[in-house]
Amino acid sequence: MIGPGCATMHAVQDRPPTGVHLRPLYRTAPSSAPSPRMGGDRAVQEEPDVLIGVPRESRPGETRVAATPATVRQLTALGYDVLVEAGAGAAASFPDDAYRAAGARVGTHVQAWTADVVLHVAKPTAEEVGLLRDGAVLISTLAPALDPDLLATLAARPITALAMDAVPRISRAQSLDVLSSMANIAGYRAVIEAAHAFGRSFTGQVTAAGKVPPATVLVVGAGVAGLAAIGAASSLGAVVRATDVRPEVAEQIASLGGEYVGVPADEGQGGGTGYATVTSADYDRRAAAMYAEQARDVDIVITTALIPGRPAPRLITEEMVAAMRPGSVVVDMAAAQGGNVAGSVPDEVVVTPNGVTIIGYTDLPARLPGQASQLFGTNLVNLVKLLTPGKGGQLVLDLDDVVQRSMTVVRDGELLWPPPPVQVSAAPQATPAPRPPAPAPAHPTHPDRSPARTAAVVGVAAALLFLAAAFSPNQLIGNLTVFALAVVVGFYVIGNVHHALHTPLMSVTNAISGIIVVGALLQIGHTGALVTVLAAVAVLVASINVFGGFAVTRRMLGMFTRS
Amino acid sequence: MNAAAAAYIVAALLFVLSLAGLSKHETAKSGNAFGIAGMAIALAATIGLAAQSIEAAAVGLIVVAMAAGAAIGLWRARRVEMTGMPELIALLHSFVGLAAVLVGWNGYLSVEAQAGTQTEVPADLLGIHSAEVVIGVFIGAVTLTGSIVAFLKLSARIPSNPLMLPGRNWLNLGALVAFVALTVAFVVSPGLGLLVAVTVLALALGWHLVASIGGGDMPVVVSMLNSYSGWAAAASGFLLDNDLLIITGALVGSSGAYLSWIMCRAMNRSFLSVIAGGFGNEGSTATGTEDGVHTEITAEEVAELLRDAKSVVITPGYGMAVAHAQGPVAELTRKLAESGAEVRFGIHPVAGRLPGHMNVLLAEAKVPYDIVLEMDEINDDLAATSVVLVIGANDTVNPAALEDPGSPIAGMPVLQVWEAGHVVVFKRSMSTGYAGVQNPLFFRENTRMLFGDARERVEDILKAL
Repeated sequence: MIGPGCATMHAVQDRPPTGVHLRPLYRTAPSSAPSPRMGGDRAVQEEPDVLIGVPRESRPGETRVAATPATVRQLTALGYDVLVEAGAGAAASFPDDAYRAAGARVGTHVQAWTADVVLHVAKPTAEEVGLLRDGAVLISTLAPALDPDLLATLAARPITALAMDAVPRISRAQSLDVLSSMANIAGYRAVIEAAHAFGRSFTGQVTAAGKVPPATVLVVGAGVAGLAAIGAASSLGAVVRATDVRPEVAEQIASLGGEYVGVPADEGQGGGTGYATVTSADYDRRAAAMYAEQARDVDIVITTALIPGRPAPRLITEEMVAAMRPGSVVVDMAAAQGGNVAGSVPDEVVVTPNGVTIIGYTDLPARLPGQASQLFGTNLVNLVKLLTPGKGGQLVLDLDDVVQRSMTVVRDGELLWPPPPVQVSAAPQATPAPRPPAPAPAHPTHPDRSPARTAAVVGVAAALLFLAAAFSPNQLIGNLTVFALAVVVGFYVIGNVHHALHTPLMSVTNAISGIIVVGALLQIGHTGALVTVLAAVAVLVASINVFGGFAVTRRMLGMFTRS
Repeated sequence: MNAAAAAYIVAALLFVLSLAGLSKHETAKSGNAFGIAGMAIALAATIGLAAQSIEAAAVGLIVVAMAAGAAIGLWRARRVEMTGMPELIALLHSFVGLAAVLVGWNGYLSVEAQAGTQTEVPADLLGIHSAEVVIGVFIGAVTLTGSIVAFLKLSARIPSNPLMLPGRNWLNLGALVAFVALTVAFVVSPGLGLLVAVTVLALALGWHLVASIGGGDMPVVVSMLNSYSGWAAAASGFLLDNDLLIITGALVGSSGAYLSWIMCRAMNRSFLSVIAGGFGNEGSTATGTEDGVHTEITAEEVAELLRDAKSVVITPGYGMAVAHAQGPVAELTRKLAESGAEVRFGIHPVAGRLPGHMNVLLAEAKVPYDIVLEMDEINDDLAATSVVLVIGANDTVNPAALEDPGSPIAGMPVLQVWEAGHVVVFKRSMSTGYAGVQNPLFFRENTRMLFGDARERVEDILKAL
């Protein structure tokens, strides 16, 4: 911590019904003036900024860091103080000076772990959890479904823990989802590892020294990692095939340059959570036949099939691996969860007797630490933003928000895992939901514009016009003829007018309807003074129309310019 | 004598050419010139004709009246702000209405009132002349008061929400029946009292018609009054047996009716339902509850969004006119275009308070017209657009129109802005639009709300850029 005796604690007595203030600590401020007062006089205390700690990752081989200089800037902009452990970003090529320049302080391991809020990448150890102060908030990967021991350790402390790997798969939460952002990097890196181990080039060439065929890559599972692998492999020039239990991803595969290989007679999979689920036995048989056929044919296999909270499905058997050509490479991205491929060993590279290399790295994102840290850090910033509705550097947890509820595994020592299930509307369903009713027809108010009706209306109008004209004197018939033709001409002329010119059109028609001035002009000077005066008034107002209308139209049209 | 008739034919054709010219940007200026030429010919011929039979003092009176009218008209035309165009147009309509009423009254004073001594109209045509007087006065008076109410509403001198008299449709219908009865009575025995009654009735009807229509239906009302002013001129033409007036009046009348029809189609409402008025009054309180969470955004973040955007579409509405934001919006357009983004405008047919209102405002702010597109031209491109800025529009971008068959605006064609990558809505508050319908757009995941005065917010974005 910053100074001696600067920490004191209040339990928040009256929590608002939906929001829980996550900041039970009121440190005296400023810390440079040591104050012996211990609570009780909140009114005189100025609330100092909440401190976010970013420790150096202790897991062996972990190269990522939970904050980069760029995300530190965003965190301080939200009103937080940030303390980064010395050397935290070294493995990801972010020197301490860069953090200082971004506004963070650099401190010790203990200082970082005893901050109000701790941001972390990998699962913390029990010792690290022990360092957390009472009332602290830990935001990290926690694997709550797989690691009950860690959950128990966390729940034994009066702290709050949010699992970055328990973000519900709804589109609003996508910006927080580290599983997606890390899978994306891992998929790319898997292709790079495969290319590194593969003794040939990915791209096909025709050279003076002969023709080189392109490598053929099979990607199993078209989730985020699979799609990233498809994109990376096809941009390296390989022929990419991909398969997935969800046939509706075929379009996404094609958009990245892959070719979808389906399991024949698919009944469709997907359990409404946005992830793939366990398949039926019959489906597995047909899938196995397809994998066996593909394995003989391809140079590279990258498997990404994971089912959350369960061991990874075994998709590629020993026979299939044995059937592959010597020199082929298999990358098992599910090695940590038991592996999709028979014979894969987590974190190791195995070469089978027939010369097939099986790569079981589980730290693929950590092999691109700069990018992985930046994306992980941005996910964390987005979460902190979500938890900081007031933008004032005060963390508020809203358990009515399904995203925050799903991620919160422990609150103030109370175990909240597992969260209530979140149904994902965007995910494909086994039985597609009924489509929303088709948009109403564009003109429901005129449903009966049938030709017969139109003909009837025209007929009646013609008959009425005929009767009216037949009993009219000649002079009126002449006028009616002119009138009727002018109406028709008006409709046709206006029908082509561009929408943009409707206002100028109106002002011009306004001006020319001032033609009524002609009628008034002819009445002046006849039949007495009253008529003349009224006519003069009519001339005056109609003239305003004529001159004003044309002038304003001219002005408007002058404004319309082409780029 | 024949010279005047010939001049009228030429003038009538020039008016047709004028309207035809206004259909395209390229020919619009020559269209206006044709109109001016036609008017000049008609006026010269008429004054020449009149000068033959009246004394010099009357000619002087004509010159004075016309010069005064011209001075007032040119002064207003030069001074008016483009945001004030709807008011000006409504006011000009009322002048035509007033002139038609005066011409009709003069028709009565110089013919029916001089019964026995007049020589203008043969005795067997007197009944028709009387009917023409009544019809002309009626249409003119409806146009006069209707336009005045529209002017008052548009210039916010009276509140623009609809006046809801009990049984208002029966009042309108009753006025029409009374008008028919009075017309018959006047034809049978013309009298000053009857003509006064018709005039008062029509003035009241015009007032009530427009008073019961709300602000957002003003594009229909203004084009409808445009139409009426044309019919009023045509009626005067019948009265005076003047073909030029009949042709011109019919042209204007039918063009206004056509515009009204376009506006009604753009709102998916029948002309009668617009005229019946009162739209949006019932729902405004009942459906005003929020049914989702909206996300706010700051001007700086919008600037960030725009900096990364490849294509931007701006959909303005009446709110842009109210806030006088067209200048900063145009500046924003230029800045974004300079940095390589494709910027276009999507205009809903009923955006604003006048048909084509937004186009004029943007033209005033020097936005080139070829990037200002109609709804139908831009709707298909919205899905491929990075950012849509909704400035002061609400109902015209409401997805409920297409998705919620129970919505009061169901079936109204709208700008499908929600298909774009990001939507930023500039709005004063979370209140509902003119139709009183809640807008689910605000609660979409890709929608961000930028609250405050549109002009200030756009200027903030400009600063941040």
